[in-house]
Amino acid sequence: MKKTLLASLALAALAGVAWAADDDKAIQALVDQYIATGYQQGEKQQLERLKQDETLKACSEHRNKPPADLMKAIMEREKATIKYPADNKMMGNWEKGKEVFNTGFGMRVGVIAPDKADKPRGGNCYACHAADPKEVAAGNLGNSLTGYGKMRGNSEETIKYTYEKIFNSQTYMACSNMPRFGHNGVLTPEQVADLVAFLVDPASPVNK
Amino acid sequence: MKKLVLPGLLISSLALTAVYAAEEPNADAYREMTYGDRDANPALLVVDRGEELFKEKRGPKNVSMEECDFGLGKGVVKGVYAELPRYFKDTDQVQDLESRMITCMTTVQGFDAAELKKKTYANEKANEDNTDLEAIAVYIAAQSDGMKINPSLAHPKEQEAIKVGEALFYHRTGPLDFSCASCHGADKQRIRLQNLGNFSKAGPDAQKAIGGWPTYRVSHAAVRTMQHRIWDCEGQMRLPDTEYGAPLSVALIAYLTAQAKDGTYVLPGMSR
Ligand code: HEC
Ligand code: HEC
Repeated sequence: MKKTLLASLALAALAGVAWAADDDKAIQALVDQYIATGYQQGEKQQLERLKQDETLKACSEHRNKPPADLMKAIMEREKATIKYPADNKMMGNWEKGKEVFNTGFGMRVGVIAPDKADKPRGGNCYACHAADPKEVAAGNLGNSLTGYGKMRGNSEETIKYTYEKIFNSQTYMACSNMPRFGHNGVLTPEQVADLVAFLVDPASPVNK
Repeated sequence: MKKLVLPGLLISSLALTAVYAAEEPNADAYREMTYGDRDANPALLVVDRGEELFKEKRGPKNVSMEECDFGLGKGVVKGVYAELPRYFKDTDQVQDLESRMITCMTTVQGFDAAELKKKTYANEKANEDNTDLEAIAVYIAAQSDGMKINPSLAHPKEQEAIKVGEALFYHRTGPLDFSCASCHGADKQRIRLQNLGNFSKAGPDAQKAIGGWPTYRVSHAAVRTMQHRIWDCEGQMRLPDTEYGAPLSVALIAYLTAQAKDGTYVLPGMSR
């Protein structure tokens, strides 16, 4: 008697766990279905943008707080894909970088006139970061980068870290809120190098 | 002469910088100052036009929208928006105001859904007047002015829509790796000077946002609905255009509205 009761309790508990997992799966299935039907169709819409890579899948599932081993795996995977400028010069021109830092994103699709393909894109970094102290319309989703080079110097390590961080923010922080600008092809390696200069060059207004 | 003017300019621009720096830069104070007078809200004219459209016999079947059920029975508009989104038996779906309007206009009035959805929002860059859909939506919503945000939560499909909406809120995609939570996942965040509500938790931010939509957006010189807001934010995420009233946007709205429960509708709203 006791045995059967215990066994059935254990079964019920198991079923409960299985039910919760099934529930998550059912929700995820609806998420996928709603995404498939939730956007206007057609070539102009570039629906391939809706496809997640492994990293974004993990970040979504864990709400940007994946367990430690997964974090490590993400950072290693992301780091392995970084591309460097042709001459390996990771520090470019700060004046050009100033422009890229300020310019809005580009990359629009759909009914709003898509960006001209030949127009250089920007990083819209002020959306999230303060940098040049003269720019007051700076957001706060990211930390302030004012005085970045003054504080960190312009050693080779700093330059390399900054380049890699901007090219692929998730190499140093899994599931960072910051877009992977180089990885996703929003900015070119040369533009990233110019941004590095804007942040670390002592002549840049960021460090005045 | 030149010498005299320059220092003056310099000083005033310095003073401006100092003012900005003293407080957290913020567009809210300006907003409260400018948008205080509710009787001066230009959305009220759009509400009037929406009422006419609502009551007029229209469509191939030549009936008015008073023949439609928005959740509280045929012909009832007062208070319906306050309880949306909700599950509707006839469509076996959770619907927000705007997807329900499409159901009504197709099944009751006989309009063609694809035709209706061809032009959902006025283009503010071309200085267009609000579309009929926008006008009807703000008319219906305004009939819940002053009421509690009280979405229906009893039906399992309503619970499900909220859960799916929550998962979508954290779903990252697109060239900028964004999800809604990238911008609306923490307190007191800003994109440049625009304050971003934290909708990852229930309470004031969600209540203020949901409670004030549909809203007259001064920067668009037009009334905007929640479907438009979702479409607009999806565009900021550099994703394709959302399909008007599809389950994706409805689930997001169901989640946001659940987060806003017990707030108050102040309609029509007015914002930047
Ligand atoms: C959507 C928000 C967002 C945008 C846009 C953004 N960032 Fe970031 N950034 C962050 C956040 C959040 C962090 C801190 C977390 C982290 O390290 O990933 C960060 C961190 C950084 C860091 C590291 C700072 C440190 O103290 O080590 C650098 C450098 C940086 N960002 C540069 C940029 C540049 C350059 C751009 C534009 C091309 C940019 N960011 C655009 C959100 C953003
Ligand atoms: C890149 C940043 C960004 C992302 C990602 C984003 N939003 Fe927004 N959101 C904004 C900005 C900016 C505003 C306008 C704030 C203003 O006008 O003051 C806004 C406004 C809103 C509002 C109206 C708030 C109010 O008080 O009027 C809602 C609701 C909203 N967003 C929901 C969403 C949802 C749902 C998603 C995901 C589908 C999303 N947002 C994704 C930046 C973003």
